[in-house]
Amino acid sequence: MKRFTCGELVESITAYLDDALDPPDRAGFETHAACCDDCRRYVHQFRVTIRAVGDQPPEKLTDRTRERLMSAFKQRRQS
Amino acid sequence: MGSLAGSGLPPDDVVVSALRAGDEEMFATLLDTWARGMLRVARSYVSTDDSAEEVVQDTWLAVIGAIDGFEGRSSVKTWVYRILVNTAKKRSVRESRTLPWSAFERDAGPAVDPARFDGIDAALPASWKEAPAAWPTPEGQALAAEVRGLIGEALATLPPRQRIVITLRDVEGCTSEEVCEILEISAVNQRVLLHRARAAVRDLLESYFESVKQPE
Ligand SMILES: [Zn+2]
Repeated sequence: MKRFTCGELVESITAYLDDALDPPDRAGFETHAACCDDCRRYVHQFRVTIRAVGDQPPEKLTDRTRERLMSAFKQRRQS
Repeated sequence: MGSLAGSGLPPDDVVVSALRAGDEEMFATLLDTWARGMLRVARSYVSTDDSAEEVVQDTWLAVIGAIDGFEGRSSVKTWVYRILVNTAKKRSVRESRTLPWSAFERDAGPAVDPARFDGIDAALPASWKEAPAAWPTPEGQALAAEVRGLIGEALATLPPRQRIVITLRDVEGCTSEEVCEILEISAVNQRVLLHRARAAVRDLLESYFESVKQPE
């Protein structure tokens, strides 16, 4: 099992969350996080950040573009 | 799980045969479902909202022309986004606004400021000098809306490649495989870009929460 420092752990969070760490690294990550309040807090804030990024407002094409595309799609069948 | 389940679209074979059969409702659903992601990716390559919208329009026109020949070697979403990226790249060359797409130097080094950790000579090397400050729970509509706006601005200031990767992964819910395929980058590169982008946005939230903290 790899021993993680705090500095190493914070650089591995995305890999951890994507399940891209190999088993010894994954175990080392979890062991460190289990006993380090600071890293646990950072990981929590990282997750909060990811969730917050996913909360961006919806966007639409302008009516003009949308109508143009709809009519291009309709015309496709006639060609 | 999976991004398709999240966006509520039917499976690809259903989408493709609907499009080939001229199903306008299906086409409209795709336009609307992917509008935000496509506009945001396009904006990372070109200089104005108008030209981003034109990139999206040209992408869909190309999709309309090519749907009969779609071979299903990738997902429909990946295919459409790849056309988008190629269209946007061509446009950015015309606007002389080429992304530093092959430049790695901005992505080198740690995503978290090494100054926040003790040196290697410390009793516990590379440990936090000072614990990251606790954040308030963003309850209440006003704070949530402010955070949303702040994140929108933060994303817009990221280096283009980081911005595209975090937009596709965390805003649009693409998988890492999809992003690698859309941008033709390696899994490792994708992860580095995503990690740096997330760490930068987290830092921005940290500064924001620090600035709104009640004086003790
Ligand atoms: Zn730690």
